[in-house]
Amino acid sequence: MTEYINQGSKDTRSGFGEGLLELGRQNPEVVALCADLTGSLKMDAFAREFPDRFIQVGIAEANMICIAAGLTIGGKIPFTGTFANFSTGRVYDQIRQSVAYSDKNVKICASHAGLTLGEDGATHQNLEDIGMMKMLPGMTVINPCDFNQTKAATIAIAAHPGPVYLRFGRPKWPNFTPVGQPFVIGKALLLNEGSDVSVFATGHMVWNALEACKILAGQGISAEVIDIHTIKPLDEEAVLASVGRTGCAVSAEEHMRNGGLGDSIAQLLSLKHPAPLEMVAVNDKFGESGKPEELLKKYGLDVPDIVAAALKAIARKQ
Amino acid sequence: MLSIQELEKIATQVRRDIIRMVHGASSGHPGGPLGSTDFLVALYFKIMKPDPGKFTMDGVGEDLFFLSNGHLSAGWYSVLSRYGYFGTDELGSFRKMGSRLQGHPATAEGLPGIRMSSGSLGQGLSVSIGAALAKKLNHDEHLVYCLMGDGELQEGQNWEALMFAAGNKVDNLIAVVDYNGVQIDGPNEKVLPMGDLRAKFEAFGWNVLPMYGNDMEEVVDTLKKAQWFTGQGQPVMILMTTHMGFGVDFMTDDHEWHGVFPNDAQTKTALEQLNETLEDY
Repeated sequence: MTEYINQGSKDTRSGFGEGLLELGRQNPEVVALCADLTGSLKMDAFAREFPDRFIQVGIAEANMICIAAGLTIGGKIPFTGTFANFSTGRVYDQIRQSVAYSDKNVKICASHAGLTLGEDGATHQNLEDIGMMKMLPGMTVINPCDFNQTKAATIAIAAHPGPVYLRFGRPKWPNFTPVGQPFVIGKALLLNEGSDVSVFATGHMVWNALEACKILAGQGISAEVIDIHTIKPLDEEAVLASVGRTGCAVSAEEHMRNGGLGDSIAQLLSLKHPAPLEMVAVNDKFGESGKPEELLKKYGLDVPDIVAAALKAIARKQ
Repeated sequence: MLSIQELEKIATQVRRDIIRMVHGASSGHPGGPLGSTDFLVALYFKIMKPDPGKFTMDGVGEDLFFLSNGHLSAGWYSVLSRYGYFGTDELGSFRKMGSRLQGHPATAEGLPGIRMSSGSLGQGLSVSIGAALAKKLNHDEHLVYCLMGDGELQEGQNWEALMFAAGNKVDNLIAVVDYNGVQIDGPNEKVLPMGDLRAKFEAFGWNVLPMYGNDMEEVVDTLKKAQWFTGQGQPVMILMTTHMGFGVDFMTDDHEWHGVFPNDAQTKTALEQLNETLEDY
């Protein structure tokens, strides 16, 4: 299989911070807003270099989303930054009316998504954000897999007109995609070609899928690994082509099964190419405090869970 | 330059339009827009005077208006149309299938004059702050106006916005609260007493101007005064006392007319109280 080397683990939120800083230098229309989490979101470098274009809103996320919407009237490209929990559920109606329905060019950037935020526990571990955001008409939903990809995605969404939800995380995580790899919104990345099963992974789970792929290869199973960094619009062509080759699929995401990536793939497959699908996701539960790796294990998002799901999907093939 | 009398004539026609639109749609909100008609007419025809033929979403180089209490849509649509943003014949499509005049203002249909969807309350002041900040970043000297309802102030987001605007010296913003004292379920005082609003706004750091909003001369004068107070490090708030349903005696000050349409007989009575000053659509 294709070998992927961890160039040194880094947090994806730092990829966002670096991308934002670079954008600030490239594009004077880019402005950033933060709700009292500048350090956590790694927005401090942007705030230091562009104080006039950085807006500290305080702990007032609803106000932040609507101020961002207003800033687009006048041609600004606002990036809002807070945790995934406060970027979505807390401000859903603000996003719905003032951003999505009004088709405003707001980039909602959400850190600390999923279980891997760890010790803060379920109040902060948002596992529903992808579902909430993908249900909004016109919303683009992106969940990059590592530092480099998050940085590239941050830069790419500035050039994409319309609302975007960009989701990333807190922990240091293997950084393996090439520096400077172009980020194409809506275009899935084929990381490893395989013939027995297609593993569609997003965010942190992409690395786990690659690890699972290695284990499967040791058992003589050829797994195709596809990085679905853009959950909406889903790269339907890539998903259907892959399942057309392998005949079964696994989805892997740090999100609730209801409303997540697996749910989008299930919908697509059942409509256009029925095939066995196993979903690696949190199943209708809130998280809890713990270390990221402990939580992934307990909630069934670990490498062996992906291996087991792949074997199950293959076994279900007729 | 339009005289006060000419503005009053326009306002009377706008009130006629509101009654006819809500009646025609058999749905909508007559009370609120009737109360705030004088303000909207003065704002567009005397104060902002935007160029309706050059509407752009960005609105760079012109004053902007945001309607936070979107259920006042009938009045806003009438004013936009009478001002020249679109033909008055379109007013008859209000709230009907395929119309650009949605029940609550929307951008999706591309109606000129509208830059933000509203209806879900409490968001307009924040949006206006954002637009005002964009003007500052663009070195655009023009102002941003926002109309809110009084009941709407019960939404907590407004207080986030009030705190932010004063704390960040957003002084190119004039917010107006339509203080008619009533909301859907009854008087504000019964639904949720809001206390001394002027004192609250001042405590939040705003420059507050009281105004009686159903006297055209006072509306124009106060808006001019408010303009004078901009650019001085403080956001400006006009606490606009109005009568909900103003212009139609049986609707005045009656919360039952918040979101009820008049029947044929009521419509006839209402229109008898509002002379056709411009041509009906």
